[in-house]
Amino acid sequence: MKRVVVVGVGNAYRRDDAAGLAVVRRLREAVPPGTVVVEAEADPMLILEHCAGAEAAVVIDAVSSGGRPGTVYRLDAGGAPLPERLFGTTSTHAFSVGEVVELARALGTLPPRVTVFGIEGRAFEAGEGLSPEVAAAVERVAAEITAEAAMAVGPT
Amino acid sequence: MSPERRTRTIKVDALARVEGEGAMLVRIAGGRVSEVQLRIYEPPRFFEAFLRGRHFTEAVDITSRICGICPIAYQMSAANAMEDACGVRVDGALRDLRRIIYCGEWIESHALHVYLLHAPDFLGYESAVHLARDHGSIVRRGLQLKKAGNGLMALLGGREVHPINVRVGGFYRVPTTGELRAAAEPLKWARDAAMETVRWVARFPFPDFEQDYEMVALRHPSEYPITEGRLVSTRGLDIAVREFTDHVVEEHVPHSNALHAAIRGRGAYLVGPMARYALNFDRLSPLAQEAAREAGLGPVCRNPFRSIVVRAVELVYACDEALRLIERYEPPDRPAVEVPPRAATGHGCTEAPRGILYHRYTIDASGSILDAKIVPPTSQNQRAIEEDLARFVQDRLDLPTDALTWQCEQAIRNYDPCISCATHFLTLEVERLEVEQA
Repeated sequence: MKRVVVVGVGNAYRRDDAAGLAVVRRLREAVPPGTVVVEAEADPMLILEHCAGAEAAVVIDAVSSGGRPGTVYRLDAGGAPLPERLFGTTSTHAFSVGEVVELARALGTLPPRVTVFGIEGRAFEAGEGLSPEVAAAVERVAAEITAEAAMAVGPT
Repeated sequence: MSPERRTRTIKVDALARVEGEGAMLVRIAGGRVSEVQLRIYEPPRFFEAFLRGRHFTEAVDITSRICGICPIAYQMSAANAMEDACGVRVDGALRDLRRIIYCGEWIESHALHVYLLHAPDFLGYESAVHLARDHGSIVRRGLQLKKAGNGLMALLGGREVHPINVRVGGFYRVPTTGELRAAAEPLKWARDAAMETVRWVARFPFPDFEQDYEMVALRHPSEYPITEGRLVSTRGLDIAVREFTDHVVEEHVPHSNALHAAIRGRGAYLVGPMARYALNFDRLSPLAQEAAREAGLGPVCRNPFRSIVVRAVELVYACDEALRLIERYEPPDRPAVEVPPRAATGHGCTEAPRGILYHRYTIDASGSILDAKIVPPTSQNQRAIEEDLARFVQDRLDLPTDALTWQCEQAIRNYDPCISCATHFLTLEVERLEVEQA
């Protein structure tokens, strides 16, 4: 069975920054077979540890790029670096998702297939609760990942 | 035009390789540094408000969310403060386990900073990614060291990030002797790797720069300080943790949302690895002392750029100490002692990887939190960072802007500033303008 690692990144107490965590928490309710789900709260470096040796990785993080809140960016990071505008150094974390992906690439531990979802946030101040547009985007991304994982595994 | 008449401003908008986001501004007028501002904002203020009305047992988990890099520090300072309020002391194997998990956090945090955040500065790399392209095996060693720390946190904390197994009075579950002994093997490797780390960083080129800091750290009668002690300084401060706010004042400054801490009547002070080391060299294990000597560190280091060597020595110590405690471990009778609430105020202070982290809580007889105060290490170091920058820039005014800006960022990274703890958003701005006047 193909091993897929799904990592949600974010800070649970920074409002929409928690979007990536919210996605993986939704996925936990029905984890597709062969899939490992990881919550990398505030430490995207965990992507590196958990994705080593995986066939495919899916990473979900909140972004703040000035776009419409709730916008979902889907990128393939397997072959090329992520755009800095979305996943660059403006992260609230020590390492941005983009940097961790590049670090894994430099060390030769990046899985062959890497899909990164960015969810544009509206509010990043201290506090709990997602903006409505972001909560809706979380549902869309979770459904998309579930559907694809089911397809990858094949009919049961 | 004489150089004395130039005015220029150095501003960094996004400080890379610090935890969080921050901004820095240095103004130079008439050939002198006229102003230095490190701008940070504070989430602890949010958490202090958020904690009011919560049950006293919840502070351990809630405050651990302030920082993804040092959750154990928050859990331990909160637990200590609550136990102090309730008049309970946690001892024996439970105390050892707390020290072991805290060693895990030091290893994880120091390995991250030494290898991935700080080392690139000294080797002329823009980032860890660039360093990894040329020196993959070294970066892998750093990541493996970090993983050894994460392993201890996962074993005792239930998971690596935001551990959930720590509680007021002890733990929810304690490991069996076998489980803990199994953790010793990766730690033995980590201790050797930490010795290699000291040798590696000791060879880095360091700017000739020393400051006459007042250094503040915990001091314990027999241990290198991690989970408890008295607060002492290099200028004679020697107080109980509960006296912290009698001697440390926090002031609002217009340019930052973070409060600036200062010793009453004296001013800036330094917390963190250099302070711990200077005040507790004699409490390091023989192996860590040997590593320090081999690296050419005296018993006191006042060059903040060499803090990377001190961190590496503390990596050796943390591995060594965790191994010592694992060796003597006998599981306690109960995973936690009972802590019945009572109306009181409690204080807790522990040595987070970046320096002392102070918590104070007032609770009522039912255990409801009435008031909370959290003073993280980075906000205590804020003024020392600004004073470093002022002197550092003053001596290097002839450098071109790019080089000066880069070195200012390095000077800030010396502190491993955790802006997500000390602040809400750290956006480091360094802007340099030259306005030539007639």
